[in-house]
Amino acid sequence: MKTEDLIAGLARDAKAAGPSLHGRLMIAAAAAATVAFALMMLSIGTRPDLASAMGTVLFGQKLLLVATLAVAALALLRAAARPEADLPKSVLVLPALIFLFGVGHEVATQPAAVFGARLVGNNSALCLVAIPLLATAPLAIFLAALRRGAPQSAMQAGALAGFAAGTIAAFFYGLHCADDSPFFVVTWYTIGVALMSAAGALLGRRMLAW
Amino acid sequence: MRDRDEEWSAWMRAGLAGDGAAYARLLHELTPFLRGLARSGLSRAGRSVAEAEDIVQDVLIAIHTKRTSWIPSQPLVPWLRAILKHKLIDALRRRGSSGHVDIDEFAEAIPAPSNEPEIATRDVVKLADSLPAGQKAVIRSMFVDGNDTRETAAALSMSEGAVRVALHRGLAGLAKMLRGSV
Repeated sequence: MKTEDLIAGLARDAKAAGPSLHGRLMIAAAAAATVAFALMMLSIGTRPDLASAMGTVLFGQKLLLVATLAVAALALLRAAARPEADLPKSVLVLPALIFLFGVGHEVATQPAAVFGARLVGNNSALCLVAIPLLATAPLAIFLAALRRGAPQSAMQAGALAGFAAGTIAAFFYGLHCADDSPFFVVTWYTIGVALMSAAGALLGRRMLAW
Repeated sequence: MRDRDEEWSAWMRAGLAGDGAAYARLLHELTPFLRGLARSGLSRAGRSVAEAEDIVQDVLIAIHTKRTSWIPSQPLVPWLRAILKHKLIDALRRRGSSGHVDIDEFAEAIPAPSNEPEIATRDVVKLADSLPAGQKAVIRSMFVDGNDTRETAAALSMSEGAVRVALHRGLAGLAKMLRGSV
């Protein structure tokens, strides 16, 4: 086929192209958050002492850490979905600062003898199961939106889709989990989110190549 | 250079809004630019420039199916270059090249447009024969018979939406075959 014929054929499909990729990803993020929240409420629910926990520094810094990570993940995913893929890595600075603040607070307010116990916590097994389960549908939603994307690296875009899905799930899981210590969060949440990132990388490499 | 980019961006915006004439003009005008980049990239990697047209056609299909990933407020050329670079690296890897592509040098190249014959080594329409029947019929109607999506829908007794879905899937399948074959 001559290239001119290909061009003519493509131009015959020039009807309005629909929402931008960015628009699709933002819609996907809203859908992912809605699904993860609904699943959390229908299964494990929020912690019974949510109202009083809201006022504590530890609970606040945990949610803030996970929320800023989710926003950072979305910003990275948006960039990774495009062929130029210039990742705005500076979005990770704010979550890192919040994490350091949390660790500083923990070290200042807790005796060193309980660090280990606070790291292990009471909910590690549930955390490891709940985050991937809550993140599965969000990951599928992100991967579907990314099919219109043109990622420089399909694997990287998939991994970031898993990272975004995992952090969104972790945020809503955080409303249930009573282990607020940053030692607990950095250990168990990280494993759950990392599992989703790995799953996203594997799926992305297969589904998002173009 | 800058004026051309602005003109192309304007045509692309019109194309995204459904202006087929502007879109056809854009694809037509940027093809020599893509061809020049593909040829220079291939020769830098020590490959035959005869394969350039396969890459150009693969890139044109990618521009079409991935066009919503361009941000309309940004210049078009960097996005085009990124798509071409992706397809070129992909093609070189698939052909078992050493994988050595000097990307930075390539990204700075400003090749002259070429007037070589523009026939790919693989024929997209022939490749379409291995697609599922519905996709094949839509591709044939639009690329051989010259119908637009509405005429194709009428000819094949499909809804226009179904035609566009089949076309999109067919183009994705063709791109995959084009990559596998080169």
